Amino acid sequence: MYEFTTGSKLLKLCEAHGKSIGEITMLYEAEISDKSMEDITDRMAASLNVMRDAVKTGLTEDIKSVSGLSGGDAKRLYELLGSVGSLSGANMTKAVASAMAVSEVNASMGRIVAAPTAGSCGIIPGALLTAADTLESSEEQIIEALFTASGVGITIADSATLAGAEGGCQAECGSAAAMAAAAVTELAGGSPEQALNAAAFTLKAVLGLVCDPVAGLVEVPCVKRNAFGASNALVAADMALAGIVSRIPYDEVVTAMYEVGKAIPYELKETAKGGLADTPTGRKLKREIL
Amino acid sequence: MKQYSSFDILGPVMIGPSSSHTAGAARIGNVARKIYGGKITTVRFYLHGSFAETYRGHGTDRALLAGILGMDPSDDRLKNSMDIARDKGIDFEFIPMAIEGAHPNTVLIEMDGENGEMRVMGSSVGGGSIVISRIDDFDLEFTGDYPTLITSYTDRPGVIAGVTDIIRANNVNIAFMKVFRKQRGQQATMIIELDGVLPPEAMGAIKKMEGISRVMMIEPV
Repeated sequence: MYEFTTGSKLLKLCEAHGKSIGEITMLYEAEISDKSMEDITDRMAASLNVMRDAVKTGLTEDIKSVSGLSGGDAKRLYELLGSVGSLSGANMTKAVASAMAVSEVNASMGRIVAAPTAGSCGIIPGALLTAADTLESSEEQIIEALFTASGVGITIADSATLAGAEGGCQAECGSAAAMAAAAVTELAGGSPEQALNAAAFTLKAVLGLVCDPVAGLVEVPCVKRNAFGASNALVAADMALAGIVSRIPYDEVVTAMYEVGKAIPYELKETAKGGLADTPTGRKLKREIL
Repeated sequence: MKQYSSFDILGPVMIGPSSSHTAGAARIGNVARKIYGGKITTVRFYLHGSFAETYRGHGTDRALLAGILGMDPSDDRLKNSMDIARDKGIDFEFIPMAIEGAHPNTVLIEMDGENGEMRVMGSSVGGGSIVISRIDDFDLEFTGDYPTLITSYTDRPGVIAGVTDIIRANNVNIAFMKVFRKQRGQQATMIIELDGVLPPEAMGAIKKMEGISRVMMIEPV
C-alpha cells in the first residue's frame, strides 16, 4: 500500500495521505517488515545514537587510521571554530567537521552506520545532526528525518545505484548528500516536493564524480568528499526552502546519475586505477602503505 | 527487483572502514567458526584478489580473525582481535594467494583444533553480503543470511524427501534449497536455507537417517 520505487510515486503517496516523506517511509517500513512503528523507530533511534557517538569521537579524540592516511582533521577544523571562527559560518563548519569526524572514525575502525555506504557514512550525520541542533528538533523529528533520508535512498537504489563500484562517488557521496538534503529540508518544515528538489540539487552538483581512492582505502579523498557532501546538502536545503525548483525533475536527475555512472570508465569506479589514486603521490602512498 | 528496507539503506551498524572488506570479512569468519563447530587452535587465512592487496589498510585481517573469535561486524573489540586471539593462544597467519576463478574478495580459511582440520572458502560480494562457496573439497553456495541446514550424504533416491519431511514436521518453512553432488551415487551436499531454526531433536532425527554422513545447522550471522 505504501510501496514506492521513484520520487514521483513517493510524492503521490505523500499527497494522498497528507504525510511527509519520512512518515510515508515509516509506514512502508512497518508494512514490509510486519513490525510495529515502535519497533522500527527504536531501531532507527539506535542508529542515531551510533551516529552521535561517532561525531563526538571524531571531533574530540585524536584518532588515526590503520594506514596513517587519515585522522585528526575533523578535530582540527572544529578547533578553528572555537578559536578564530570560520568564514563559511559556525553552522556550516560544524556540519562539515562532523561529517569528517564520522568518516575518520570509520577509517580508524570505529563504529558507524553505513549511510548509505561506509565510504559516505559522514554526510547524513554531519548535515542532519547539525541542522537538528540549530532547529532545536525533537528526538522524534530527527528519527523521522532519518526515515526521509532512507526513503530517498530507496528511490535511488531502485532507479540507479548506491555503489561506488557501479556508479562512482556520485552514487555514494552524491546519494548520501541527496538523502541528507531531503532529510534536512523536511526537518526544517519543508514540503515533500521541496525535499526532492533539494535532493536533485545535490546530485546535479556532483554528477560525474568519480571514485578514485588512494591505495583502494576508504580515506583519500573520501574523508574530504564527505565534508563537501555535508556542505552541499545544507546549501541545497536552503535553496529548496527558498522555493527554488529543479528544472530537471528529481527522478530524471537520478536516472541521469545512473547513466553517467555507467559511462564512467572502470578505472574510476573504486578500482584505485585512475584519478587521484593514479597520481605520482597516490602511487607513492600506496607503495608505502601496502 | 529487490525490495529495499530503510535499514538496508541506512545500515548496517558496523565497524569501519569497508562494508565488503571489513564487515563482510567478519561475517565470513563467523560462519567459518560456526561450520567448524568446536575449539579452534590454529587458523590460516589465504587471501585472494582485492583481499590480498588491501587487507591491512581495510582491517580485513582483524575482521576475519574477529569472526573466528565469534564477534559480529559491529563489535568494538574487532579492532583488537589479534591481541585477543594471542591471549587465547590461537595461532593465526595471513597469506596472500591467487585462487583461480574466485571472486575478487575471497578468502580460504584453514582451521585446526578439537575437530581436526577443516577448510571453508567465502567471498564478500558487496555491502556486507557474503557467499560461502566451499567446505573442505565440496563446492556449494549459501549466504549466511538465513538459518542454514547443511547435510552431507550418499546420493540416492529418497534422502532429500526424508530431510524435507522432518523440516515439514517441525513446521519450518524452506526459503531456498540447493543440492550438489560430484557424481551420481557418490557424496552429495544439500544446502537448505530456512525461515526458522530446527530444534536439536530434528537435527538428531536427520543425523540418524541412512546415508547421512554429516549434518549441521548454521545460524544466521
